[in-house]
Amino acid sequence: MKDEKTVIEDVNREFYDFRFEEGDDVFRVSEGLTEAIVSEISREKNDPDWMREFRLRSLEIYKRTDMPDWGPPIDGLNMDNIVTYVRPNAGMKASWEDVPDDIKTTFERLGIPEAERKSLAGVGAQYDSELVYHNVKKEVAEKGVIYTDIESALHGEYGEMIRAHFMKLVPPQDHKFAALHGAVWSGGSFVYVPRGVSVEIPLQSYFRLNAPGAGQFEHTLIIVDEGADLHFIEGCSAPKYNVANLHAGCVELFVGRNARLRYSTIENWSKNMYNLNTKRALVEEGGKIEWVSGSFGSHTSYLYPMSILNGRGARSEFTGITFAGHGQNLDTGCKIVHNAPETSSYVNTRSISKSGGISTFRSSVVVNKNAENSKSSVSCQSLMVDSESRSDTIPAMDIKTDKADIGHEAKIGRISDDAVFYLMSRGLSEENAKALIVSGFAENVSKELPLEYAVEMNNLIRIEMKGAIG
Amino acid sequence: MEEKLLVIKNLRSGLEDKEILKGIDLEIGKGETHVIMGPNGAGKSTLGNVIMGNPVYTVTAGTAEYCGEDLFEMSVSERAKKGIFMSFQNPIEVPGISLENFLRSASEEVTGERVRIWPFHKEIEKNLGILDMDGAYADRDLNVGFSGGEKKKAEILQLMMLKPKLAILDETDSGLDVDAVKTVSGGIREYQKDADASLLIITHNAAILESLRVDKVHVIVDGRIVETKGPELIDEIVKDGFAKYEEQGE
Ligand SMILES: Nc1ncnc2c1ncn2[C@@H]1O[C@H](COP(=O)(O)OP(=O)(O)OP(=O)(O)O)[C@@H](O)[C@H]1O
Ligand SMILES: [Mg+2]
Repeated sequence: MKDEKTVIEDVNREFYDFRFEEGDDVFRVSEGLTEAIVSEISREKNDPDWMREFRLRSLEIYKRTDMPDWGPPIDGLNMDNIVTYVRPNAGMKASWEDVPDDIKTTFERLGIPEAERKSLAGVGAQYDSELVYHNVKKEVAEKGVIYTDIESALHGEYGEMIRAHFMKLVPPQDHKFAALHGAVWSGGSFVYVPRGVSVEIPLQSYFRLNAPGAGQFEHTLIIVDEGADLHFIEGCSAPKYNVANLHAGCVELFVGRNARLRYSTIENWSKNMYNLNTKRALVEEGGKIEWVSGSFGSHTSYLYPMSILNGRGARSEFTGITFAGHGQNLDTGCKIVHNAPETSSYVNTRSISKSGGISTFRSSVVVNKNAENSKSSVSCQSLMVDSESRSDTIPAMDIKTDKADIGHEAKIGRISDDAVFYLMSRGLSEENAKALIVSGFAENVSKELPLEYAVEMNNLIRIEMKGAIG
Repeated sequence: MEEKLLVIKNLRSGLEDKEILKGIDLEIGKGETHVIMGPNGAGKSTLGNVIMGNPVYTVTAGTAEYCGEDLFEMSVSERAKKGIFMSFQNPIEVPGISLENFLRSASEEVTGERVRIWPFHKEIEKNLGILDMDGAYADRDLNVGFSGGEKKKAEILQLMMLKPKLAILDETDSGLDVDAVKTVSGGIREYQKDADASLLIITHNAAILESLRVDKVHVIVDGRIVETKGPELIDEIVKDGFAKYEEQGE
C-alpha cells in the first residue's frame, strides 16, 4: 500500500491527469466539487465502503452549508472553482522558480537542506522521511503504541476504532470547511496509546509532512487511553508552500480517564495560504489536554482549538502565540467547554502584529450547569510592533452555574519608543532591540516547547522581525 | 594638553514645539568626572538623552564631537558601541530576557567579540556583590518587578559590566536609601578606577558624590549652563539652592 506513494507513482499520475484534462479544460473551469470527483478520490485511496459513504454525505453537507461570515474575509478563495484547491491539476503545479523568494530565503535562513526545501515547497521529489518515521514507529511499537498514517490504519486492525472516532468530535455539520474536509481529506496521522502507557519521546509529524496531499486536508486522530501519556508535535517551522492555497485540516484528540496529551504545533504557512483548520479535544475524567500552539505565516487563518472537558476534574491548558505580519489576517484563539464538575481551564496567549498585520484573539469559555466548582482563567496579551498593525481580543463567556471561578484578563500594547531607545543605548541595533522585545514577549510560549523547537521559534520570530524597519 | 572626549558647542535642542536646551557648551576630558545640578525641569535629563541620541529630541543648532567624530551623525547603538552609556532615570522593564543574558548580548554588541560565559558570569557575581545584591538578580528578567532602588543598582551593574568610556548617570541616587547610596557610590568608584573612565553625573544630592572624585560641577537653569566650578560648588548649592541662579536667568 505504502509503495503507491512513491515518486514515480506521483509523476505518472500527473502525466495521466494532464492528458486526461486536455480535452475538457473549459468544462472544468468553473466546476464545483462533484460526487464523481469525491468518488474518484475515494477510489484512489481505496477507502472502505463506510468511508466512501462518509465522504459523499460530507459533500452533501458541504453543498448546503454557507461560508462563515463572522471572521476575516476569505473572498480570496474561489469556491466556484473549489476543484482547483482539491485537485490541483498538472498545469498548476509550481516549479522551483515560481516559489516566492521570501520562502526560499526563509528555507536558507532556517538551514533546511536543499532536498527538503523543494519537497516542502511542493515542487520536488518526496523527501525520504519514511526511514526516520519507521524508526520512531518501531521504538514506540514495542510499547503497543500505534503510530501510522491514517489511510493504512483504516484497513488494519484499528479500522473499527477509527470508524468509531473519525469526525465524531468535529462532525462535517460543524462548518463548511469541516464538511469539505470530510469529503476530500487525505493524509495525516493516527496514534493510539494503550492504557497506562507513557510515551517518553515526543512523536513528531514533522517527518510525515511530505506525504502526498498532506499539509492540505490532512486528518490527525489521536486516542490516548486511560492513564496513558503522550506528547505529539505537529508541523515544523519551514514555510509550507502549495499552489493550492487552501488548508482545511482536522485534528481530533481523545484523552481518556487520567490520561495526558500534550499537543504542540508550530505552523508556518506560506503567505498566500488560507488556513481554515479545526482542532478539538475530548477529555475524560481526570484527564488533561495541553495545547501549545505557534501560528505563523498564512494569508488568513481561522484557528480555535477546542477542549471539551467531559469528566470530573478534567483539565485543559492552552498556550499560544500568533504572529501576523504584513498582509496577514490571523484570527486565532481557543474554546473550552466545561461539561463536568471540578474541571479547570487555563489559557495564556500572546499575539504579535507587525507591518500592518492583523491579529485577533477569540476566546470562548462555556461552563455548563453541571460543571460546578470549575475554574477558568484566560489571559491574553497582544503586542503591536508599530502603529500600522492591529490587534483585537474578543472574549466570550457563557457561565451557567454560580459555582464557578472565572477569570479573564486582556492586555494590548505597543512596543514603546522608550524601550527601543533603552536597548539601543546598550548597543543593540533597532532591529535587534525590537526582536529582543518580541521574543521576550513570546518567551512564555517558547519555553513550553522542546528545546529545538523553541530555538526554531525564536529563529522564526527573528526572521519575521527582519525588515520590520522601513 | 589633556585629551577631550566630548566637546559640545552651543547645543540647542528640544521637542518639535519646545526648545529645552538653549545653547549648551560642555567639554569633558578623558578620565574626568563632571556633575550637573539644577532645578527640576531645567533640562538635565534632556542633555543626557541628547548625548545618548534619544530620537524624541531634535538638535536644532550647535555641534558635538565625541572622540573627534561628529556625535550627531551616530545612531544610538553606534554611540553605545563607541563607549557612551547612560543610566536611565526610569529604566525600562523587558520581560522574557534575564539580566545576565541581556548583559551578555549587550556586551557582545559593544565589544564586537564573543563573551566567554563563565568568566562573564563570575564578573557579574562579583559586581552584584559590590552592589550588595543577591546573585539571583542575574537570572531575573531585565528590570521586571525590580524595586525602584534595585533598578538603579542594576543600571550600575550594567555600567560596571559594559565599561563605557563616558557614563551619563541620570539621578542614579534618587529613590535609594542611605545605605544603598553608599553601595552604588562604591560601584561608581569601581568604574572610576579605570583612569580613562569619564562620568557625567546628574544629581540633586551630594551624598552620592561624597566618596567620588569630582573635577567639575555645572549648574543648569532653563536650558543653559549658568555656572561651572570645582567640587566646592556642590556644598554651596546644598546650602543655598538655586535661587541666585534662577534670578540671574530672569
Ligand atoms: N518627552 C518630553 N515630552 C514633553 N516634555 C518634555 C519631554 N522631555 C522633556 N520635557 C520637558 O522639558 C523640560 C526639561 O525636562 P528634563 O527632563 O530635561 O528636566 P530635568 O532637568 O531632568 O528635571 P528633573 O530634575 O525633574 O529630572 C521639562 O519642562 C519637561 O517637562
Ligand atoms: Mg531628569
